[in-house]
This record gives sequence, C-alpha cells and structure tokens, in this order.
Amino acid sequence: MSLIHKTAAELGALVAAGEVSAEEIAAAHLDRIEATEPKVNAFLHVDREVTLEQARQVDARIRAGEKLGPLAGVPIAHKDIFATRDMPTTAASKILEGWRPPYDATVTARLRAAGLVILGKTNLDEFAMGSSTENSAYGVTRNPWDLSRIPGGSSGGSSAAVAAYQAPLSTGTDTGGSIRQPAAVTGIVGMKPTYGGSSRYGLIAFASSLDTPGPFARNVHDAALLHEAFSGYDPMDSTSIDAPVPSVVAATQQADVSGMRIGVVKEFGGEGYQPGVLARFNEAVKLLESLGAEIVEVSCPTFGTALPAYYLIAPSECSSNLARFDAMRYGLRVGDDGTRSAEEVMALTRAAGFGPEVKRRIMLGTYALSSGYYDAYYGQAQKVRTLIARDFENAYQRVDVLISPTTPTTAFAIGERADDPMAMYLADLCTIPSNLAGNAAISVPCGLADEDNLPVGLQIMAPVLGDDRCYRVGAALEKAFEARWGGPLLKEAPAL
Amino acid sequence: MSVMAFDKALQSFEPVLGLETHVELGTESKMFCGCATGFGEPPNTQVCPTCLAFPGALPVANEAAIEATIRIGLALNCSIAEWCRFARKNYFYPDMPKNYQISQYDEPLCSDGYLDVEVGGRTFRVEIERVHLEEDTGKSTHVGGATGRIHGADYSIVDYNRAGIPLVEIVTKPITGTGELAPEVAKAYGIELREIMRSLGVSDVRMDQGSMRFDVNVSLNKPGEPWGTRTETKNVNSFRSVERSVRGEIERQAYLLSEGGKITQETRHFHEDTGTTTPGRSKEEAQDYRYFPDPDLVPIAPDVAWVESLRASLPELPRVKRLRLREEWGVSEHDMESMTNAGAVDLVEATIAAGAPAADARKWWMGELARRANESGTALADLAITPADVARVTELVASGALNDKLARAALEGILAGEGTADEVVAKRGLQIADEGELAGIIEQVLADNADAAEKVRSGKVAAVGALVGAVMKLSRGKADAGRARELILEKLGVS
Repeated sequence: MSLIHKTAAELGALVAAGEVSAEEIAAAHLDRIEATEPKVNAFLHVDREVTLEQARQVDARIRAGEKLGPLAGVPIAHKDIFATRDMPTTAASKILEGWRPPYDATVTARLRAAGLVILGKTNLDEFAMGSSTENSAYGVTRNPWDLSRIPGGSSGGSSAAVAAYQAPLSTGTDTGGSIRQPAAVTGIVGMKPTYGGSSRYGLIAFASSLDTPGPFARNVHDAALLHEAFSGYDPMDSTSIDAPVPSVVAATQQADVSGMRIGVVKEFGGEGYQPGVLARFNEAVKLLESLGAEIVEVSCPTFGTALPAYYLIAPSECSSNLARFDAMRYGLRVGDDGTRSAEEVMALTRAAGFGPEVKRRIMLGTYALSSGYYDAYYGQAQKVRTLIARDFENAYQRVDVLISPTTPTTAFAIGERADDPMAMYLADLCTIPSNLAGNAAISVPCGLADEDNLPVGLQIMAPVLGDDRCYRVGAALEKAFEARWGGPLLKEAPAL
Repeated sequence: MSVMAFDKALQSFEPVLGLETHVELGTESKMFCGCATGFGEPPNTQVCPTCLAFPGALPVANEAAIEATIRIGLALNCSIAEWCRFARKNYFYPDMPKNYQISQYDEPLCSDGYLDVEVGGRTFRVEIERVHLEEDTGKSTHVGGATGRIHGADYSIVDYNRAGIPLVEIVTKPITGTGELAPEVAKAYGIELREIMRSLGVSDVRMDQGSMRFDVNVSLNKPGEPWGTRTETKNVNSFRSVERSVRGEIERQAYLLSEGGKITQETRHFHEDTGTTTPGRSKEEAQDYRYFPDPDLVPIAPDVAWVESLRASLPELPRVKRLRLREEWGVSEHDMESMTNAGAVDLVEATIAAGAPAADARKWWMGELARRANESGTALADLAITPADVARVTELVASGALNDKLARAALEGILAGEGTADEVVAKRGLQIADEGELAGIIEQVLADNADAAEKVRSGKVAAVGALVGAVMKLSRGKADAGRARELILEKLGVS
C-alpha cells in the first residue's frame, strides 16, 4: 500500500521503526497534493521546501534519539486560521493576504514539538464563517466524492485534504459545526473537543466563546492520537481547562458500547432531513443496539432555539474580534495616499478586505450589541444558551452520550445555497447545540445516502470533558461498520 | 468667553461634582500580557502579539493587578465583588490595538465605598461609586496642524508601550454640599487618593507621567432645584488643574445659566495656560460602546479569605497616619495640610526616623527644600536628597558644626550631587569659625565700625545687629552669629 493510503498510526510506526523517513512520507504527500490540487483546491499555501526541511529536521531529531510521540514524522495540514511562523496565515481573507505571523499557535507549536510535519495551510470560509468553504476569498474547495459539491465548512479544506489522501491528518476549528459538518459530508472523522480542552492561542478568533480546535482523520483512532497530541491546558488561553482528562486514545482501544446508554435526540429528524440521511442514521442506531447499547429517546426541547441564539452570539463576538483588522499594524491597507485620515483608511481597508458573509455577521453583531438592543438580542441569546446547557445536563443524567445525524443533508452542490444564508445556516442545525453548551462531539461516517451515494455522518455528543465517550462509541461504531462494509467508507470514494 | 465671578456664582448656584480618576498600576508586567511597563523606554519596544492585538493572540489577566485593585477598594471602604467579569468596550481608535478596551462594565471589582477629605477644618465624605480595572491605550502623537489633536494633523504616530498597562478607574458618586469649597474639595480628594495610592504602594502616581489623571464632572443647580446638566472635563493632569477646572467650569456655567442659556451635556478639554475649558464631544456624538462580557477571559471570583487577608494587611492609611503624626510632632492641622499637599509627610517622617527633631525635619523640607523643588519644577520626593541626608544636616546644625547658612550650602551641595552631607561639608570647607578666628574677626569689625561700637558701648544695644552682620560678612557666613553677638557685647563691656 502506498504511503498516502496508510493511517497516521501506521506512518508513525514506520518512522519510529526507521523503515521510512519523515522526508519520504512528506514527499509522497506533497506529490499527491500536486497531482490532485487542480481538482480539489484544498490548500491555500503549500511550500515543498519548507515542508521537506521540517521533515528532515524531524528525521534528525529521531536519529539524535529524541523521544517524540506516536505521530512523529506524520504529515498534517493545518486550517489556515492557526498561526504558523513559517507559513502565511490568512483566515482565507483578503485582509490578511500574505501575512506571516511571528509566532505559532499553541496547537501548531505542540504538533511541531511532537514531530508532525506541516504540509500546508488549508482553505476555509473566510474567518471560519460558513458551511461550504464558498466564502473563502481564494476560491472554493471541492468535495473529493463529487467535485461539483461542497466539502463542508468552514474547515472544508482540511476535510477535503484528508478525504483526498493529500494528508492523513488535519486540524480544524469548530464554532458551530465547522469540523463535524465537513467531516460528515466528506466521509471522514472530525471531532469538536470540549470547549477549553484545546487551546485557542494563535487561532484567529471568530467567536471566542465557541471556537474550538479539533482533529480530522480517516479513522477514529488517528483522530484520537492527533487530539491527544495538541490538547490539554495552556496558560496562554484563560479559557483553557486545567483539569485531568481521560485518555481519548485509550477510549478508542476500548471500542465497546455494551451497557452504555445512548440517547437519540428526538428533536433532530423529520422535516428538512434528507431521507437517505435518516435511513443511515436509523441503521446506525440499530447497530449500536445490537452491540449491546441501551437506546433511549431523549427530548431536548430548547435545541430548536439554538440556531437563532447562535446567530446572535457568534456575530456579536465576531463584530468585536474582527475590529482589530484596521490596517494599522498588519495586513491589507487601502487608500493610504497621504490625503486620508486614519479613520478613512480603516473604513476603506475593511470595506475592501472583508467578504460579504463576514460583513453580514459584523453588521448583525454590531446591531445585536447596540445600546437598547443588547437585552433583547445578545442578553436573550445568552439565556437561551443556559437553557440549552441545562437540556444537555438533564439528558446526561439519563444517558452516557447523545446521538443524531451530523447534518440534515449530504454535501450540497457548489452554488446551491450561496445566495441563501438561511439555507446555509441550517447545515449546522444539529451541531450548534454542543458549541453553545461547550460539550464534546464527534462525527463518524455511517454510510452513503441512497439518493446521491454521498457520505452521511453520525454525531456522538458527550458532556464537558467527556471526550473519551465520543471516541469510545465512535470506535465501536467504526469497527462494526467496517466489518459490514469490508473496510473504511472512503474506499467507496471515486479515484481522483 | 464670558464667565460669572466665582463668589457671585456661588450666591446663586450649588455645584455638584463628580470625579473619575485613572491610576496606572505599578505592576511589573502589563494587564493582559507579560510585557514590561517601564516609562520612557524607546517607542514600541515593550510590545508583544497580545498587546499589539495580533490575530489569535489572547489576554491573560495579571493577578497582581487584581490584587492591587482589591487593596485600593478596601482602602476606599468598598465592597469587593464575589464574582465579576471583564467587559469589552468597543470603539475604533488607532492607539487602541484591538479597537476595544478590556474594562469592566456593570460588574466592577469594588463598589460603594467612601473617602473622607479635610478642607479648612471641615470633613467631607466623598462617596465612591466604583473602582474597576481596565487596560490603558497606546499613546498617539499628532504631528502638524494647529491643535495637536488628530483632526487637522499632518500625520500621527503611535507608541504602544503604554497599551495594556493596568489602569484602575475610581468613580465617585455625585459630591454635593461643598458650596464655595467645591474646587478645594475636588483638589483635596485628588491629593488624598494620591496619598492612598502611595501608602498602598500600588502606583508611582506621577501626575507628570500621566500615571494619575482626572476627569472632572461639574453641574450647577439653584438651591432646592434638581441637579443641572453636567459637563465632563477630560484628562486633567495636576491637582492645581483639578481645582482650576472646577472653578472655571462653575464660573462658565453660572454665566450661561444666568443669561438664560442651557448647559450642553458634553466632554470638555482643559487648557493649562488659561485655566478654561473648550467643548469636546457632545452627548449626541457620544459613542455606543457595545459593552459585553469578554469571552476571552474567565470571571474574577476573589476568595473571601484572601480578601480578608488583604484587608488585614492594609497599611496605616494616610488620614489615620496624619492624625497620629500631628499628635507626635505637635503640629497644627494647617501645617499638616500643607505638608500633605506638598507630598512631604513621608519625607518628614523618614527624616525624623533618621534622627532629626520633628521641627527641624519639617523646617527643611517645607522651607529650603520645598523652595528648591518649586524652582526646578520637581516633586519633593524627586529631589536628589534623602531623608537621611537631611537628618545628618540637622545633626550638624544641632552640634554647632554648621549654622543655618552653612546648612543651606550643604543641602545645595547634596542636591548638586557632590556627595553626602559630610562629603559636601569637607569639600566645600563648610565650617563654623573657631573662637580664635572669631575673636580676630570681631577685633577687625570693631576697628572698622568704631561709630557703631561706640553706640553699643553707650547703651544702644540694638546697634549690635549691624556689628554681627559685619562679622558674618567678613567671615563669609562661617561665623556662629549668636556667639559673635555674645563676644561683641562682652568686648564692649555691656554684657
């Protein structure tokens, strides 16, 4: 089997055993990227020499006897929203075109330390605002399953890169579903850790109280290895949780759901859901039952209010977070011809540098925080957030995890929802509640929808710091499905 | 601009004051990052991704600043919040890197306290609304143009060294009932706050470096009527200016109101040169700051036991200390007030602790040294002389080694950096003339001033002053004037 088709765990083992060098592995993936990028367009930045040099350094560290983790020598693609000191970081926005941070995000720094090699920076919806990657200022990324369809978003470059075997692993960020939804529609695994479980330092902020870095991989165990490599307390992020967490890697090895109570969220299903998605989901529920889990129907009545609450909280925070892009210290500067005031240059730069969806959300958020509207909008949304967290708490008194379809539909066509923000926002219907509550949630593949032969994702939600439960159930489901399918779902994907 | 004379204004109107004071804390590092906080460093050398608001950089609250704010709150008799949050104050300005300031909004760390201040023998209780913690902005310099403000400038430069330095804001409740003492009460409040900051050791409270600055709110109303519309004079940077801005604003508003005019709710700028204010932003132009809790930071929940330990370890507060020292030193309330205003209390205390008698310590600091500080435009504490130096000089005077004039020369030498008191005395040859030397000088003086000598001899003892003066002159100040007088009288047979 070629290097690009191996799992991250296998690649790490090969490097550790000295059978293959990090440089050879990086080169194989760079070749794959070169061959498939014209079709997929997953990357915003690839620099072969920088990557190979990183790989050579990892090889040297291993030769020098340095003890690196199980992923040493394994390549990774980073969503272009994590600061990388040797590559540009743009958040797919014109306002940061060509900007090179003088520092690494905690996530990228930790993975560098663990010996992972950066293949490049992947495409996203500008500032992570979107569900299709169509809002990138640098062109749309295509779904490897069907190049006329979206790869999900906002971390669509990262999901496409892993699904297209350009990278065995990638990072994403999940603010309202931006890891889980792309994972679901590209047939891979994507995990949103507990909020505070992975550091936001060096992650360009969209909505600070929701943004969560997380892993993409082609299987649950690889995702857990990556998760464990970058997560954990970071003193640079005040909202990071300083508490011991159960090992997610150990949880994937457990891969057993017998005796677990699994709740099916009643509110997720029915109208607006693609029949093929519901069919695959219902099969998965039966499969879990056959594996010894107790299936319980659970009602979370406030989940219906999650979407509107999210679209007040996230834009409010973004309106403030994105104020720093003002042409003063870095990034784009427009209209500074010596005749204009600083204020005018700021306004011209922001008008030219931000795309339409970013502007829409800045305006929404500015309005929601305005004097006289705060209580009715932002304040109210925060109360809804508390109610949603309470619904989760009540549910977790009865069950160990909750499950639902990850998204109501499979990958939609490029352009299909581009002019209809509401339709676009519905893609995150099932994923948003976990963000509002700060809970852990994972998406794992559960088959192909009959009507379009495209991947369907199943979401497993767990309480705060219950990330291990997501992995445990996910691994059990993956094992059972792969036995049934005769291998991973991705082998069904068309060759690129 | 037309004004009404202050006394006349107070006959028709009652002033209501409100003061907002910003104090830069003297922490080692900034409020939300690890950058140093030194003053006067080269521009933009104390900066990092966080205080420059680079993408992805995050704030982490400085615990020392939180502790200092709680201590300030306790010293001002405030309640300390059991749980509170930082909030973002959103507005665009080039010297604010994030285009929002991390501050506190409806959940201040400290609230509902008071501070007693004394003016002219009366005690005024100034109620404190809140004490909260925030970060300072960078410093803009507007180059070119007529006003020194951003509008009309050719260009502006920004130094972000100050951006993110912890800043405490202390807000009073409306201060009423001060009448014609309003300007003095405002000033006394400012001075008392400075003394508290000093005693707590939380800030260097350097007005000249902007580490303490005031916004002064003033409104007028006719007796028995509701409060009037207030104006807010921003960035008043000395105690004298606090006093003058209150006085000037009372005079301006009184004139306007008496002419049937209306006060506009607005911010105003204070002009040091004229003592007057000019309009800034009106209420209509006021910004909507869109405050909301900062999601990058976790709530502050000070442990009750910790707060109590901070309370227990507060130093003796200035007012209590002054009462004690007045007793100990036997000085009048007025003298104590003068020392307080001059920032001399701690210096006098330290000088006494170094061995000087209270009266002497006070005399030198409030006399010769205050004069020199005044001349050079520095604060007493910034003079290049220590309380120990002053104590040594008083000791030399007491032992008869120096007279007053020589002592002044010694102080001058110390201030000029010539060394310690003893070194200056040695180097400058500051020494009282001995008996033999003195006798020779007197002989010479009596010979040169035979007329005056004769007058004294004939009983006009008052004429001895001229002879003593002549001795001092001839000895170039080195003679002990008292001893010279004795010897002259003895010599002339009138003792």
